[in-house]
Amino acid sequence: MNREIAVVAFAQTDHRRTSEELSEVEMLMPVLHDVLGQTGLKTADIGFTCSGSSDYLAGRAFSFTLALDGVGAWPPISESHVEMDGAWALYEAWTKLLTGDADTALVYSYGKSSPGPLRDVLTRQLDPYYVAPLWPDSVALAALQAQALIDAGDTDEPALAAVAARSRADATANSHAQLRGPVPHGEYVVRPLRTGDCPPIGDGAAAVILAAGERARNLCARPAWIRGVDHRIEAHSLGVRDLTDSPSTRLAAEKAGAFERPVDTAELHAPFTSQEVVLRKALKLDDGVRVNPSGGALAANPVMAAGLIRIGEAAARVHRGESDRALAHATSGPCLQQNLVAVLEGDPR
Amino acid sequence: MSKEPVAVVGIGQTKHVAARRDVSIAGLVREAARRALDDAELTWADIDAVVIGKAPDFFEGVMMPELYLADALGAVGKPMLRVHTAGSVGGSTALVAANLVAASVHGTVLTLAFEKQSESNAMWGLSLPIPFQQPLLAGAGGFFAPHVRAYMRRSGAPDTVGSLVAYKDRRNALKNPYAHLHEHDITLEKVQASPMLWDPIRYSETCPSSDGACAMVLTDRAGAARAPRPPAWMLGGAMRSEPTLFAGKDAVSPQAGKDCAADVYRQAGIADPRRDIDAVEMYVPFSWYEPMWLENLGFAAEGEGWKLTEAGVTELDGDLPVNMSGGVLSTNPIGASGMIRFAEAALQVRGQAGEHQVERARKVLGHAYGGGSQFFSMWLVGSAPPDA
Repeated sequence: MNREIAVVAFAQTDHRRTSEELSEVEMLMPVLHDVLGQTGLKTADIGFTCSGSSDYLAGRAFSFTLALDGVGAWPPISESHVEMDGAWALYEAWTKLLTGDADTALVYSYGKSSPGPLRDVLTRQLDPYYVAPLWPDSVALAALQAQALIDAGDTDEPALAAVAARSRADATANSHAQLRGPVPHGEYVVRPLRTGDCPPIGDGAAAVILAAGERARNLCARPAWIRGVDHRIEAHSLGVRDLTDSPSTRLAAEKAGAFERPVDTAELHAPFTSQEVVLRKALKLDDGVRVNPSGGALAANPVMAAGLIRIGEAAARVHRGESDRALAHATSGPCLQQNLVAVLEGDPR
Repeated sequence: MSKEPVAVVGIGQTKHVAARRDVSIAGLVREAARRALDDAELTWADIDAVVIGKAPDFFEGVMMPELYLADALGAVGKPMLRVHTAGSVGGSTALVAANLVAASVHGTVLTLAFEKQSESNAMWGLSLPIPFQQPLLAGAGGFFAPHVRAYMRRSGAPDTVGSLVAYKDRRNALKNPYAHLHEHDITLEKVQASPMLWDPIRYSETCPSSDGACAMVLTDRAGAARAPRPPAWMLGGAMRSEPTLFAGKDAVSPQAGKDCAADVYRQAGIADPRRDIDAVEMYVPFSWYEPMWLENLGFAAEGEGWKLTEAGVTELDGDLPVNMSGGVLSTNPIGASGMIRFAEAALQVRGQAGEHQVERARKVLGHAYGGGSQFFSMWLVGSAPPDA
């Protein structure tokens, strides 16, 4: 079944360290109105809605049910939710459109990291019997990965600092980014990672509209066609993985057709500088590829939305004619355990 | 463009109990998955992708547990999706998995839903802290009891109907070896004499809190042709959602439930559900929801559902058996409860429901709902493929 499906609109909040004056619904509403406004669609015109979020960030069960109020799900809508980054909500929506049951889909995700200590919260993601009781936090685990890369000769601390500086310099052109321009590389948080190697902690939301075939051409001057999208997961235990490599990213990219022709742009969901090194290697990206022109997750990393934002940023560059073939990547779990790759293309100019 | 037909060729569940202290979370899900694979006579290598669902992560205290469960479910190197749509999640998870097959993205998909409620206290897990909710509610019963009272007032149903549902479902559970509650000494009098929890809902008219998992292997036409046992064919499936609270919401018979059923019936070519559907596994966590859903799903006119229950129509040997497995009233690992409904519907049309098998069950509806009666997922399965 070959049905052409495209990203036709993308919107995101300004990502900030805290949004305590806003509920999740209030944070989300402007973004939803933005993507609907870009396409001229109303909620009732949308064939399928899918979202991604985590109860553990909100600190309460069923947190996504109230977010639904922001969508205006009346009359009732065809809707689903994944407890994953919004990139996977987009994947579910893409399969729904492939079946032909819907022609348009609204995908959104949001994360408020500010209410709790994020490094502690993310430890609850780990094996509950053998690892979580030790509370190894996300920075410590990423530092293990960074040290493994340095030991393998794949990178060094100055190279990591250069990734950080390039990302925040690029983010000066991104008004939504949380960290922009010159940012001090700082002290070690967990050796060998310094403050500058780590993502900012922040709150934010994003939304995307997908459309199939002619519908996409009617809604967007230059749709970002999804030529392929795939995702793969690896073993959970860090002890059985080679942390200097990402076979799941490579496999997902292969299945998504990323290696069939070179891409000109890549939006990589690499919250830590060292993870960009791993992903560049797995995706075989050479220096000719523009990596994270948005500044990437090092400039803004609203957990649960940052992956969807990578797809949105890549699509927006296709919409604007700044890219003809872009790769977007999303990750989940400790040290890049689970990875999604999408390949987006614009019509020939 | 036509969708690939979806077949259920493997079903597995655990023996549901109050606390599975003998297994880890990984052990619990693997047991159900292994049984589904055995039923389909397949191995882990035959599975292209895994779609897992469960209710709030706070129930086990593990954030996004699918990350940790990737190994136990043979998902390493494969796509793995995690669905969460509140109480309807077990059904939604199966539908997301079915879409992967219908869209020809994958040939054979393992789908699984679970809850290990003994890891926490589900009632308090469902009671949101201030400021997210007013401090009036304790657990789901406190939320749903007023809607039941509204139904009784609206329909004029005699107040004994709820106990009839509970008495029936608990007796059906005696015929299902996987059901959690096996109350061999159950009587109608005992149900009616049980303590009042949330008026009008008595203790024996509520669901238990269970540890359990349910898994299914879904496959395409080619996979079904290789299956060792008769497949169940998906004839229609749909999800619908509406907001939790808003002016004009009908909490007794929500529009989203009606729309969802109508979509399924349209896909499956069902003109008259009462006549065309042979049996129903519906999500009844509190006894009165049987007559309420009979109306919402179009099996009875508004205000008439309780008459089917009272007349014995929904008994195992009745004209429209409901919850042959014993239902949610006998088994409730919340995240899995929707998938158990879907799987039991499939077992019936495959003729493999054992002692609780309904004779000549050719088309059976599986139904799940969640949140504040706002999330619905349903599928209709048949013994013959959709184009037959």
